[in-house]
Amino acid sequence: MSYLEYHAKSTPTGLRKVLFLNWGLILLLATVSSVGFLMLYSVAGGSFNPWVEPQVKRFALGLGVMFVVAMIPIWFWRNISVVAYLGSLALLVAVELFGTVGMGAQRWIDIGFMRLQPSEVTKIAMVMLLAAYYDWLPPEKTSRPLWVLLPVALILLPTALVLKQPDLGTSILLMAAGGGVMFLAGVHWAYFAAVIAAGVGLVSAVFQSRGTDWQLLKDYQFRRIDTFLDPSQDPLGAGYHITQSKIALGSGGWSGRGFMQGTQSRLNFLPEKHTDFIFTTLAEEFGFIGGITLLFIYMLIILFCIASAIGTKDRFSSLVIMGIAITFFLFFAVNMSMVMGLAPVVGVPLPMVSYGGSAMLVLLGAFGIVQSAHIHRPRQTQR
Amino acid sequence: MKRNSKDQDAAHGKMTRRALFLGGLQLAFAGGLAARMRYLQVDQADEFRLLAEENRINIRLLPPARGQIFDRNGLIIAQNSPSYRITVVPEDAGDVEAVIAKLSGLVPLDPEDLERARAEMRRSPPFLPITLADRIGWEDISKVAVNAPALPGVTPEVGLTRVYPQLGDFAHVVGYVGPVSDYDLSKMEDPEPVLMIPRFQIGKVGFEARREDVLRGKAGAKRVEVNATGRVMRELDRREGISGADMQLTIDAGLQNYVQARLGRESAAAVVIDCEDGDIRAICSSPSFDPNLFVRGISVADYRMLTEDKYRPLSNKTVQGTYPPGSTFKMITALAALENGVVGPEETVWCPGHLKVAGRRFHCWKRAGHGHVDLNTSLKRSCDVYYYDVAIKTGIDKISEMANKFGLGIKHDLPMSAVAQGITPTKEWKASSYGKDWLIGDTANASIGQGYMLASPLQLAVMTARIATGRSVTPRLLKSLDGVEQPSGAGEPLGISENNLRMVRRGMHSVSNDRRGTAYRSRIIGDGMQMAGKTGTSQVRNITAAERAAGVIRNEDLPWERRDHALFVCFAPYDKPKYAVAVVVEHGGGGSKAAAPVARDVLLQALYDGTPPLEAYPNADRSRIKAQQERLERERVKRPLGSRSSRA
Repeated sequence: MSYLEYHAKSTPTGLRKVLFLNWGLILLLATVSSVGFLMLYSVAGGSFNPWVEPQVKRFALGLGVMFVVAMIPIWFWRNISVVAYLGSLALLVAVELFGTVGMGAQRWIDIGFMRLQPSEVTKIAMVMLLAAYYDWLPPEKTSRPLWVLLPVALILLPTALVLKQPDLGTSILLMAAGGGVMFLAGVHWAYFAAVIAAGVGLVSAVFQSRGTDWQLLKDYQFRRIDTFLDPSQDPLGAGYHITQSKIALGSGGWSGRGFMQGTQSRLNFLPEKHTDFIFTTLAEEFGFIGGITLLFIYMLIILFCIASAIGTKDRFSSLVIMGIAITFFLFFAVNMSMVMGLAPVVGVPLPMVSYGGSAMLVLLGAFGIVQSAHIHRPRQTQR
Repeated sequence: MKRNSKDQDAAHGKMTRRALFLGGLQLAFAGGLAARMRYLQVDQADEFRLLAEENRINIRLLPPARGQIFDRNGLIIAQNSPSYRITVVPEDAGDVEAVIAKLSGLVPLDPEDLERARAEMRRSPPFLPITLADRIGWEDISKVAVNAPALPGVTPEVGLTRVYPQLGDFAHVVGYVGPVSDYDLSKMEDPEPVLMIPRFQIGKVGFEARREDVLRGKAGAKRVEVNATGRVMRELDRREGISGADMQLTIDAGLQNYVQARLGRESAAAVVIDCEDGDIRAICSSPSFDPNLFVRGISVADYRMLTEDKYRPLSNKTVQGTYPPGSTFKMITALAALENGVVGPEETVWCPGHLKVAGRRFHCWKRAGHGHVDLNTSLKRSCDVYYYDVAIKTGIDKISEMANKFGLGIKHDLPMSAVAQGITPTKEWKASSYGKDWLIGDTANASIGQGYMLASPLQLAVMTARIATGRSVTPRLLKSLDGVEQPSGAGEPLGISENNLRMVRRGMHSVSNDRRGTAYRSRIIGDGMQMAGKTGTSQVRNITAAERAAGVIRNEDLPWERRDHALFVCFAPYDKPKYAVAVVVEHGGGGSKAAAPVARDVLLQALYDGTPPLEAYPNADRSRIKAQQERLERERVKRPLGSRSSRA
């Protein structure tokens, strides 16, 4: 659809747009973030410092970004998606060259008031570009090999850069989100079947490469996989994360030990308790009820997004909303799988809850695009 | 770009289907997560909760306070005193070297300790305290405490350590404690967990080791919450341990101190026993050592000094050392002969200076002989021939039996290390030990306490007490345990004819009160205080016939280790025996010269419960004794008696 087509439909203008925001989604996001504040308060031992205060500030900033993004018409975002994608690639290269080393990987650029993780931006920019691509591509060409190869290249380029950081978790997330958008756009089933088959082949190749000079993964990544497969083998070493995390979860029971009563997290048995493993603290202190409630809220956000995506006739809007929803889903699904011992420890935060600036800002910005799509969706005008 | 709306609708419919499909997939995945959550948190909750508790709670043992040891008057012999240490937690200190530098400006730090601490720091995690200095004075500790804000991570800590305020006086009796070693643990079948506490002290030697069972006490425990790195966060509850039982010894620390000083640098042993109840009033082995050295962990140099000393300060000569009793054994031979009717008290034996036994000459110590000798003279002048003669008539087995009655060849059950049994030879004993027949000459040797005969100073003291009382006096070292008085060692009558005993005692009286007695020079002046005794000089070498012909080499001309042992046993007062004393001076020469004066001084000190008046000594000796008393008084000042405890 062209700008003119958008314009022909009556969309809200000016401050009236605020009324057309998806307020339910905002409420859900605020709820999830509040859960995050509560848990950060708890793991800090009942203190607003060092985590809650900056997190609240970032949330406020993120909300502001979301509103601004939401006010800008969705076609603007479609039109700059190429720029955004190229910009994020440039950032990825920059982080490779000037990034700060943390946790054995080059991931951050210090931009003064916060540390920026370019890979976070990349996820959204890539989804935007893919959505724009399929909006531009005539639907009948979608499954033609050449037109399939192009988006695959668009996915693999940032994936390769992220993998080089090395950040296995994010690169898997990138591929999965990109694949999801392609799937939604209507690419033929057969491609996905082929990719999955190739993926299986690649995994076996990766394992074959272990110990040879063309080794594809770093040693620590192999070890993470090992310990994921059998955490009890090395309970005090690499398996420690998973074992302690499961203990924390399990000891929470039905209703948990109570707010600020989680011994596992309070006594530092939990690693990364304020970032990647924050869900274990929640599950320990609020039990199964607390955990399932958070999962439910997350799923509600996804459902709101799906409903919004189906509800718009605009192809770019649908795809970008769904792409962002998939990215969001992958975040919490991988994180929860990881802390519950269903996936290897790959370093994916729990969205909106884990302490961390760029993820939260980028996610809220992404939801700003979702909101923009929601506000500026094509409407049937009274003729 | 132009598109027809049919295409658009088809594409939108396809996307909607796929979106719903993906949404379904996501829901299914979320359902899987929920199921997993349920499995972990509901089905497996109990197991994980248990694991969490195990993670969180640690049980730490609380070492019990060791039982204290007192002398008979309540003076402290072994106590637990607070030991102050300075520890640093490197993590809290930040710059450890800067903190150490600041600390060494306040208190003296041993460079060796610091080197060890630095090595420890490199090994252990940074949150564990490292000991920088041990056994710090209270003043230094308070300096550290006052300056605590300037010394991050530094903590003055207090623990209990064993202290022996009497220094060397009780080193051989009480022994010492030391940190549990792997060797100690290997000897125990089922070591108590408390022994695993680092640097926990257990009795190593002496009374401390023998009564470890009651001295140690029972460990308490505290449950603490620890974090992932093992740091204690808070204490959940605690159960105090039970202190070890306090012990009171029969020993009089004042007398013990005097005896130790009187023995001086001689390689000697002295035992004072109460004839009435068997209480050991003093039991000293000289030279001694400071047991506190071992508690601290003795340095290699100090230890070598102790082990290479030819006077063997580490051995407890009173119960562990056995010596040929020499002439001090003659009372036993005499009693065996009298009791078996072999000889009457008035009967005499002709001493020409030697006796031919089975073709071999057995010499009397006096070459010229003693002439006609009766029992009294034989003891008084210590004639050997008399005893060769009556012993051969009595037979070795009866003599040994008599010796056993008087506590020789019997292992007295004292809570000390390595209490020796000694040897009272019999025919059977020689056959089983050497596979040889008993020779008549062996009897002659045994009759004067030579040959195979061996006795410890303790056994000699017990023997003397039994001669003095006629009762089976049993030595007692432990007066009360945890306030409970232990059974007295007064003993039953031995069943020896009182008349015969009196004859022997009279002979012993003559030894130190008759002008011709061998210990006349060491007599005690004063009615009701007179001493009865017996000298002994036991050879540690054979005198060859050639040497005898050329004239026996005098002791003074021999190297120390080949000189005779000097012995003296005695009791007093003669009329109403109170204390029996045995003194052995290793390689001291003649018993009358080297041992008797010591025994007499010790006996007087015990009788007067302090420094005796000069009137108790023979007139001629008084000025010399006065000088000696003053010298000892000065030397004893160097041995602080510690503080008298509040308990009686």
